[in-house]
Amino acid sequence: MSLVIRKPGILTTVQDLGRFGSRSLGVNPNGPMDVTAARAINIALGNDENAAVLEMHFPAPEIEFSNDTAFCIGGADFAPELDGKPVPNWTTQVARKDQRLRFRTRVLGNRSYFAVPGGCSSSEWLGSASTNLLASVGGNDGRAFESGDTIDCMSSCLEKTVCIGRSLIPNYSSFPALRVIRGAEFELLTAIGERAFQTEMFRLTADSNRMGFRLKGESVHLLHPKELVSAATTFGTIQLLPDGQMIILMADHQTAGGYPRIGNIISADLPVAGQLGSGDRISFKLVSTIEAETAQLALERDLRFFKVGRRLTVGC
Amino acid sequence: MRIFPLGDNAITVEFGNEVSLELNQRAIALAEHFRSNPFAGLIEAVPAYASTTFFYSIPKVKERYSEFPTAFDAVKSIVEDAIPYLSALPVHESRIVEIPMTITSGTAFDLDVVAEFSGLTADEVISIFLERIYNVFMIGFLPGFAYMGTVDERIAMPRKKTPRTKVPKGSVAIGGCQTGVYPLGSPGGWNIIGRTEMEMFDPNADPLCPLKAGDRVRFIRA
Repeated sequence: MSLVIRKPGILTTVQDLGRFGSRSLGVNPNGPMDVTAARAINIALGNDENAAVLEMHFPAPEIEFSNDTAFCIGGADFAPELDGKPVPNWTTQVARKDQRLRFRTRVLGNRSYFAVPGGCSSSEWLGSASTNLLASVGGNDGRAFESGDTIDCMSSCLEKTVCIGRSLIPNYSSFPALRVIRGAEFELLTAIGERAFQTEMFRLTADSNRMGFRLKGESVHLLHPKELVSAATTFGTIQLLPDGQMIILMADHQTAGGYPRIGNIISADLPVAGQLGSGDRISFKLVSTIEAETAQLALERDLRFFKVGRRLTVGC
Repeated sequence: MRIFPLGDNAITVEFGNEVSLELNQRAIALAEHFRSNPFAGLIEAVPAYASTTFFYSIPKVKERYSEFPTAFDAVKSIVEDAIPYLSALPVHESRIVEIPMTITSGTAFDLDVVAEFSGLTADEVISIFLERIYNVFMIGFLPGFAYMGTVDERIAMPRKKTPRTKVPKGSVAIGGCQTGVYPLGSPGGWNIIGRTEMEMFDPNADPLCPLKAGDRVRFIRA
């Protein structure tokens, strides 16, 4: 059983939940930009949450099924169609042999996820199937898909359709207010900078990708310029550049950096951030650590309930 | 010393903000202590120049240390408890790794500008560079990119204002008081003074990199 990529799309890669434990060697975790979408569609199919999925950008790939199989799409809405017939996101579907999945237009968000039962077979590196484009390892031989590439997977049809509940679907928006925990240099901002950070909107420039988002907006400055020796950074770190503009580090970020750290987007809001693209506008809202943790724990609980509920109703 | 959150699932202990062997050894010792004695929910401990960052799973820490109001408070307390004993923690034995390098006009693109910067001849720049043993402070920027130092002040030419779009794999470079080897072809702003054939990062090797934080390095002529 396999899937055939008939058209590659602009950047289609394999991702699981990431590669952890090697940051001290400069190897970042990679993984999906929208972790919640990848986890939810895997659970819907009865997969391990960490099973390998495809992350697609628009224009998205055209995928041919060489056997009957179930699948599930989540994340961005790219108006998916199976042989011309629209299929919804967040609901398990069944494709028949030789049917083709196409994505007509980008409706909302910038990264759509595709999962099949048992996961997309792919090469693992350091215990993860996520694609590391820099080192050319993991996933589809460390590279994005090209026309004619195939993906091995199990042939499996679900008896029952499974829908992902609303509480699990991130609150996608192209002008979200992202919750932020103060960073190490936040206190060094000027009063004007601090206010601008919390009240202004910042636009993502065209120079925004899986490594990071470059923002354009009101300049933000520290009271006194500060040079830092390199220290660890993470997915969601908001760095301040010398020109007063900011960068948000995303899934393929470098493991260390020396720019002042204004803040970090909280884990629960990273999936919303991960769906942003050039031209989208964001604002920041400062929250406490306890609020950030509570939001993440609530999401973990909802995912756990979904997993149990699915097992009870589908039975496998 | 400062301890601050790096987002909601990581905490950084910052011993200072300078390139110093002493601060770096404390950062490495703290990371190694928790690698050998991990707390429940620890994902990884990552040392940098003068800081150590701990990544953890919020639900796992909360479950195990439920007496704390937040996972952050729990990890902060665990890490703080270890810090007073840092000086007593064994420093891992530092090895000296030799990196053979070639210095030719085809590899040492910036040797002449470094010589001009320092008012020395190219030969003098190289002999000053080869004299020192460098400490590996941390690995970051690229997989396997070791930040080493410190470079003799006379040849410590600052990084370029405009980075090269493509620095060849194996390039040995000076960036201010730091030196490093590009493990992969990549953009980069440091001044290139030679090249090594040594693999600084091999995804199929174990270990992935010949260097780790805390090692010492001597460059020799190939």
